[in-house]
Amino acid sequence: MSPLFLFLSFVALLSALGVVLAKNPVHSVLFLILTFFTLSGHYLLLNAQFLAAVNIIVYAGAIMVLFLFVIMFLNLNEETEPHKPALAKFAAAIAGGSLLLILVAALRNVSPAGYDPASFDSQIGMVDRLGMVLFRDYALPFELASILLLAAMVGSVMLGKRETGERNF
Amino acid sequence: MTLPALGWQGLVVLATFGISLLIATYCTYAERVIAAFLQDRVGPDRAGPFGLLQPLADAVKLFTKEEFFPAGANRALFVFGPCLAMITALMSSAVIPFGNFLKFGDTEIHLQGIEINVGMLYVFGIVSLGVYGIMIGGWASNNKFSLLGAIRAASQNISYELAMGLALIAVLMMSGTLSLREITLQQTHVGGGWHIGDIFTWNVFKQPLGFVIFIVCAFAETNRTPFDLPECETELIGGYHTEYSSMKMGLYLFAEYVNVFVATAVMSVLYFGGFNYPFQYEFLDFLTNKTSLSADWAHNIFVLMGVVAMFAKIFTGIFFFMWVRWTLPRFRYDQLMRLGWTILIPLAIFNILLTGGLITFGVIQ
Repeated sequence: MSPLFLFLSFVALLSALGVVLAKNPVHSVLFLILTFFTLSGHYLLLNAQFLAAVNIIVYAGAIMVLFLFVIMFLNLNEETEPHKPALAKFAAAIAGGSLLLILVAALRNVSPAGYDPASFDSQIGMVDRLGMVLFRDYALPFELASILLLAAMVGSVMLGKRETGERNF
Repeated sequence: MTLPALGWQGLVVLATFGISLLIATYCTYAERVIAAFLQDRVGPDRAGPFGLLQPLADAVKLFTKEEFFPAGANRALFVFGPCLAMITALMSSAVIPFGNFLKFGDTEIHLQGIEINVGMLYVFGIVSLGVYGIMIGGWASNNKFSLLGAIRAASQNISYELAMGLALIAVLMMSGTLSLREITLQQTHVGGGWHIGDIFTWNVFKQPLGFVIFIVCAFAETNRTPFDLPECETELIGGYHTEYSSMKMGLYLFAEYVNVFVATAVMSVLYFGGFNYPFQYEFLDFLTNKTSLSADWAHNIFVLMGVVAMFAKIFTGIFFFMWVRWTLPRFRYDQLMRLGWTILIPLAIFNILLTGGLITFGVIQ
């Protein structure tokens, strides 16, 4: 395990904890952005440059900006925070705890596969190789995903459209 | 004294950083001189010869002004906002190839911070992060008008990022690579001989529509007139930096100039051939065969001329940005949004279709 990996994992875990534990929702969002950055760092360590860049562009650059937008407008603070009943908190703790248990149980006996330096393909994960695989072996799932995205786009435009008679400003 | 290759590369990174800051500093001076020229005024002429020390005087003024924290502001994020704006502005120059490589015997020094094969995506990712500095600063000020200004700025940046990305896709389709260095190297004649078409290999001639979309989006992304809605002092409240003073304000304004520098550098690389210049191979041929220089030095002078050409293109771009600023009036916000969403994005999609069609039928490649 390289020191870089350890550092990235440390920051990733710390900022992920920050997302949950931060009192201020805006701080939570900023911690989440930091988490995405460390995940991109992990992608880079796995030699997936394209995935790392796209992760930054899509998640950190677009989706989280919209999160931040909404949270800043909502003006969440201590007084307006809804207090959940104790039962809901208890149920959430149990559900989260059992998920952790399953994950740990599933990954406990996994040993990293390692790689053979002699036959290792250094181009794996690069953008041209990714494109080859996507368009040759997975053309149909790729096209289906694009149709799904198109449908979502049309849906959001429909939702955002003003009905006749509504005010413009 | 010998430095390992990585050490030289580190020096190049440092130089890139220094040059970005220096050019941004003198952009503030150039902006005033050009404004004065276009408005038939004298401009700054007190500090030093021709007012050349004006940026220094400005820095001293900004540093010595009172640091002000608004009541109820989130102090940590209030300081973090301008830092983030500056960091994201400076990060993107790392992948820009300012020149080809210098040769000293066996060592080759690439005049580029770092060459990554997703260079264009890297620049695009950093640009999309630029919004955070503005949003965090606006929110942390604890002022409704700052927050509204930040939202206004962020909406503008997000809207124009889309059209910018779509314009870039057309370039990508032609170049087939995301590496900025390879995109530059493609924009020249391989071989030699006398070619009047030396500059017609630049992407701007193959992608005129894409270039127009890109430059309009670049104006919007760097918050420059005619799209400087994020900071229009006269019609709307100042914007996200209403509550800022002293050097924190300075950092926001400075980040804008770094962004202008990076935007023009990216534009030179993508559309104006980067470090290529007309008759470069004739020049190299002349240096190798007609002068007594060694092969290495002939190559190095040829490459350094390329760096000069690159910076000439960048400075022309920066001048164009300033020329436009002092010529065109500001858009209204709804006009800005309409231009972005209903004109530029459909045009960019049309450009992609057109490029795809032309590639399919073999007109261009």
